[in-house]
Parts: sequence; structure tokens; C-alpha cells
Amino acid sequence: MVSRHTEKKTPLAWYIAFGLASSMAALLLLSLAYQVWNGVGVWGNNQPVAWGWPIVNFVFWVGIGHAGTLISAILFLFRQKWRTSINRAAEAMTLFAVMCALIFPTFHVGRVWVIYWTLPIPNQMEMWPQFKSPLLWDVFAVSSYFIVSLVFWYVGLIPDLATIRDRSSTWLRRKVTGFFSLGWTGANRHWRNYEKAYLLLAGLATPLVLSVHSVVSFDFAVSVLPGWHTTIFPPYFVAGAIFSGFAMVVTLMVIARKVYGLENVITLDVLEKMNIIILVTGTIVGFAYITEFFMAWYSQVEYEQYAFINRAFGPYAWAYWIMMTCNLISPQLFWFKKLRRSIPVMFALSIVVNIGMWFERFVITITSLHRDFLPSSWGYFEPTLTDVTTFIGSFGLFFTLFLLFLRFVPMVAMAEVKGVMPEADPHYYDEGDGHTAESKVPYIQPAQEDNGRNEAGETRGGK
Amino acid sequence: MPQIFPKKANVLPILSLGGALLGGVALIFLVWYYFSPEFLVVGYQPDQPVAYNHEFHAGQLGMDCRYCHNWVENSAHANVPPTQTCMNCHNQIKTQSPQLLKVRESWATDTPIQWVKVHHLPDYAHFSHASHVNNGVGCETCHGRIDKMEVVYQAEPLSMGWCLECHRQPELYLRPNEEVTTMGYVHPENFVEINLARIQEEGIQPPTNCSACHY
Repeated sequence: MVSRHTEKKTPLAWYIAFGLASSMAALLLLSLAYQVWNGVGVWGNNQPVAWGWPIVNFVFWVGIGHAGTLISAILFLFRQKWRTSINRAAEAMTLFAVMCALIFPTFHVGRVWVIYWTLPIPNQMEMWPQFKSPLLWDVFAVSSYFIVSLVFWYVGLIPDLATIRDRSSTWLRRKVTGFFSLGWTGANRHWRNYEKAYLLLAGLATPLVLSVHSVVSFDFAVSVLPGWHTTIFPPYFVAGAIFSGFAMVVTLMVIARKVYGLENVITLDVLEKMNIIILVTGTIVGFAYITEFFMAWYSQVEYEQYAFINRAFGPYAWAYWIMMTCNLISPQLFWFKKLRRSIPVMFALSIVVNIGMWFERFVITITSLHRDFLPSSWGYFEPTLTDVTTFIGSFGLFFTLFLLFLRFVPMVAMAEVKGVMPEADPHYYDEGDGHTAESKVPYIQPAQEDNGRNEAGETRGGK
Repeated sequence: MPQIFPKKANVLPILSLGGALLGGVALIFLVWYYFSPEFLVVGYQPDQPVAYNHEFHAGQLGMDCRYCHNWVENSAHANVPPTQTCMNCHNQIKTQSPQLLKVRESWATDTPIQWVKVHHLPDYAHFSHASHVNNGVGCETCHGRIDKMEVVYQAEPLSMGWCLECHRQPELYLRPNEEVTTMGYVHPENFVEINLARIQEEGIQPPTNCSACHY
């Protein structure tokens, strides 16, 4: 069912969507070329607000990416079987979101051509990067995050690519998928190593998820600015990342399951569980908002207090209240089971959440910068057209890559889904264990071919 | 199911591993050397408008460097001599030489000779000749054996790393002030101790911070 989507003739809608997305991606290229040629001054950044949309978008995209690794790694450690139907798409989403994110730290610098100076390479200047800067940690965090996510995603893909290879009818397709599946035969020994490697990668990726967005939060929390210098940022940013990332997964999955007819794989139960996580992390984020406000009052620091009064009632109050409405209030609707299981409601809410999370980064970055210690250096930030086109273009890049993924790669981890299906349960024949209540006829296995996959199911279920 | 890849595909993993390894090593060394000023700028020897010969003037005639580059002890910038300096001698010597035609033209028309600069630091790196020459850095250390160069070329990379090597260990390079313009100076046996004592005594502290050169 899943591999069919990579095999059948490309639907017209895909071409239309791809055309749209890639023209948006072209807009990104144009904006970046324009910006590199003319300088960063084409953005709306000014002297007090030197970090504008580029950083906002960077944090936004990195945050989006975190849900993918959370679904594939953390939920794997917790043996959550419902993750299997969404993890492939979520990991792909991570990769593409991290690519979009990496654009911004690369291009928001004034001189992109010397950005390799941020890498610790022995050179003729005998100079090294400053390892005390969280912006350098960003380089390490995000690049290793991208590499680990890519490896994790690819390792997960190998058995599925082998499936596609075995089903392929054309010579080229067999060669290409045969090359990328690296000679996978689904042997017992393959599966045992595979499962162990997958578990190790999950164990490695989990601290990475938590640390990467913490490092991103250090960009702010390490500074001295009122509104930035807060110890709550690392966990609060991570919670926000999961919140926005899950919302993005819901947005994409609601469309994908409809368009690709995956309602039986990505079930309503799966979506409901994601909505519950959105509710939980949304509440954590809301708690953090209130904590920040409390701490501002409790600190008795007038700058800190003013920073928060300025957020709620200053020139950017509109952004603040959009953020509060979208992030604090709207996820609370998921307390109602009826709303939680309603596709239109969750689709709308997931978009609202991402709008809210974009504004969260906007509020944190800009309201703290535009009015800080010295009233003589107060300013106002207005984005320019290039700011907007770069952001829109990053969505174009994201959807271009995502559409390519939907077209050429199995979007559901087939091997894993098979592993959690009731048929893969070795106790399936037993009566009265709850699995086979409705049927006493033993399921007849297609004996040889499925051995490998059953092994997977067993090891996964048995650990 | 038929085999997708022939048996000889089994060498692919070994080939790709070896290739990646070799390629990586080669790339590192290529970039490390061929993209460094040591390769890119050392030996830079442009054609000059007048075929001025250092080997003849400084080497054979034994002129002191400071006769022409006379601000080197007092100024940040070691000057290229004006046409006046050339004409001090050449209004009497070789007055008809075709090689000196441009010098005489320059003298007659009051237009400077367009020398080509060989040692060119970017202007965000400020260098002072005086502070080096007066603290015992010889001409030879940075410019090579000028007295043996018929046409001047760049002998050292002038990269930041090269500068810093001396600023971190000046005792390996310093010489007595009266030997600064000597070409082919030979260090005495115990020159490191002498230099260390001198550095101690005169309080020579070569800066290694950014503001020293990059302001």
C-alpha cells in the first residue's frame, strides 16, 4: 500500500504542488542572492534589533524539526508503537526543516563567504573559533543534529528500500533502490544488528534533541539582555520545539493520509495521541510564559519588569497577544475528546499553533531587543520585503523537498508497521490474550518471505 | 530472484572506503598547502617598470638598505625612494643608459615611477616597520636575501600565522640592532640566551592580541 505511492504514475496534483513549491524555493534563492549581493541591510534589522526575522525563522525551523526526532527516537525508547506509522514522514520533516533552518544562520551573517571561519580548521592565520559563544555551539549542534538525523532516517529506510527494490519492475529503479538498500536481505543477523543500531541511534538522538534546542536557546539565555537572560529557556525552548514540531506533523499528516489514502495506517488514534502531546507541551509552554512573568515581577529588577510590561502593552503587544492566544489558550481545546479527534479542528489548531510559535520567537527576539537598558537606543523593527520573501521561500524549499520525499521514498516505515501489526505477534495464535478474540482461525503466514519481518517484530516487542 | 548487481560489485565497498580515505587525505593536504599563502604568494615576482637590481646596488655596491629606504627606522611605512634618490647618482653615472630612460623621464616630467608593490598586506592589518627595526628584527628575516635578488620577489608568506610565530617566540629571530640591515648575518652560538636576556632587559613584548595590528 505504501510502496504503491512511489510506483504509480505521478498524479497531476503532485506536479502542481511541486511547481508551486519549487517556484517558492526559487524565490528563496533570489532573495538570498539579492541579500548576499547587496548586504544584510536589505533586511529590516536595525541597530537595537540586529537579530530580526532570520534568527526568528532559524529558531522556528529548528523547532519544527525536533518533533521528527522526538517521534522516532524518544517514542522508540518508550516503546510507543503508534509512532511507527508517522515516524518516517516526521524524520523527513526534521531533515528538511533543519535544512531550511541552516539557511538562516548561514546567510544572516554579513559575509557569508568567510563562514568557514566558524569551523575549527588549522589554518594559515593560526586562528580558532571562540568556543565560548553559543553561536559556535549552534554550528556544532545543528550540523551534528542534521547528520545524526540523516543517518537515523537512512538506517530506518534500508529495509523499506529493499522492499521497493524487490517490487521494482524497471532496470533503473532496481539498480537505484538496490544501491541504496545496500544489499539488505532481511536475514536474522541483519535484523538483530539493525535493531541494536536503531536503538543506539535512538539513544544518541534523544539527548541530541534536548541539547540542540537548548543550545539554540543559549543564543538568547547566555546574553545579558532583560527578557533573554533567563535560566528557564533551555527546557522551555525544547518544549516549544516539540509543541510546534508536533503541530507541523499533524498538519502534514492530516493532508498526507487523506491524499494518499493512509487512513488505516495513520489512524485517528495516532492523531489523537499527537494532539495529546501537543496539549502537554503547549501547557508546559504556557507554564513557562507565566513563570517568566512571575519571575519578572518577583525579581524586582526594573529592566526585567519593564521588558515584560513592554511585551504585554508595548508597541508589539499585538504579537504578544497573538502568541498567548495561539500557544496558551488554543491547545487547551484538546482537553475535549471530541475536538481532539476531529480532523478539521486539529488541522486548524495545528496551523494556529505554528503561527503562535513563530510569534513566540518573534516576541522573544524582537521585543527584548527593541527596548533594553538605554532608552536612547530604543527602536522599532519593521521587516522588509526581502525578510518576507526569504521566509516564504524557506517554506518553498521545505515543501519542495517534502514533495520529493513523498514521491520517491516510502512515506511510512513499512518494516516497522509490519512489526507492530497483530500478525507479527508470536502470541497471535493464543486464545484469550486479547489479541485474537474475534477469530479462532490461525493466521496463515506466507512462510518464507516474512521471516525477517517477524523477527523484527519479535525483537522489537520482546526487549 | 536474479542478482541485481554482478559479483564484481563486491569490490565497491572496499573501493569507496579506500577512495574516501585517500580522497580525504589528499584533499586535506591539497587545501592545506595549495590554498595557503605559502604556495599562493611566496615567490611573487612582478615585472617592474624600471629593471632595478637589488643584487647590484645592495649586494655588489654594498649600499646600506637605509640609503634608499630611509624612513624605515622612523616610520610605520618603509618608503620606496623617490626619483630624486636615483638621480643623486644617476645624473652623473650612466646618464645615457637606455635602462634608466624612465627614471630620467620621471625626473624631467615630475611624474613618479609606477613601481609594483610586492609585499602587500591588506589594509586591515597595520604594520609598523619602525617598531620592528628598532627592536632587532633584521630586514633579511622578513624579506629574504634582498642583496641576492636581481628582481625582488616575496620570500616569506606574510600570513598571520607566520607573523604570530615570531611574536610568540621572538628570541629565535631577533638580532642586535646594529646588525639589522646586515645581509647574511650569522647568529652566534648562544643567541637564544642573548635574545632572551635582551627581551627581559628591554621589556620587548611582541603583542599577540587583535588590537596590535587590526585595531
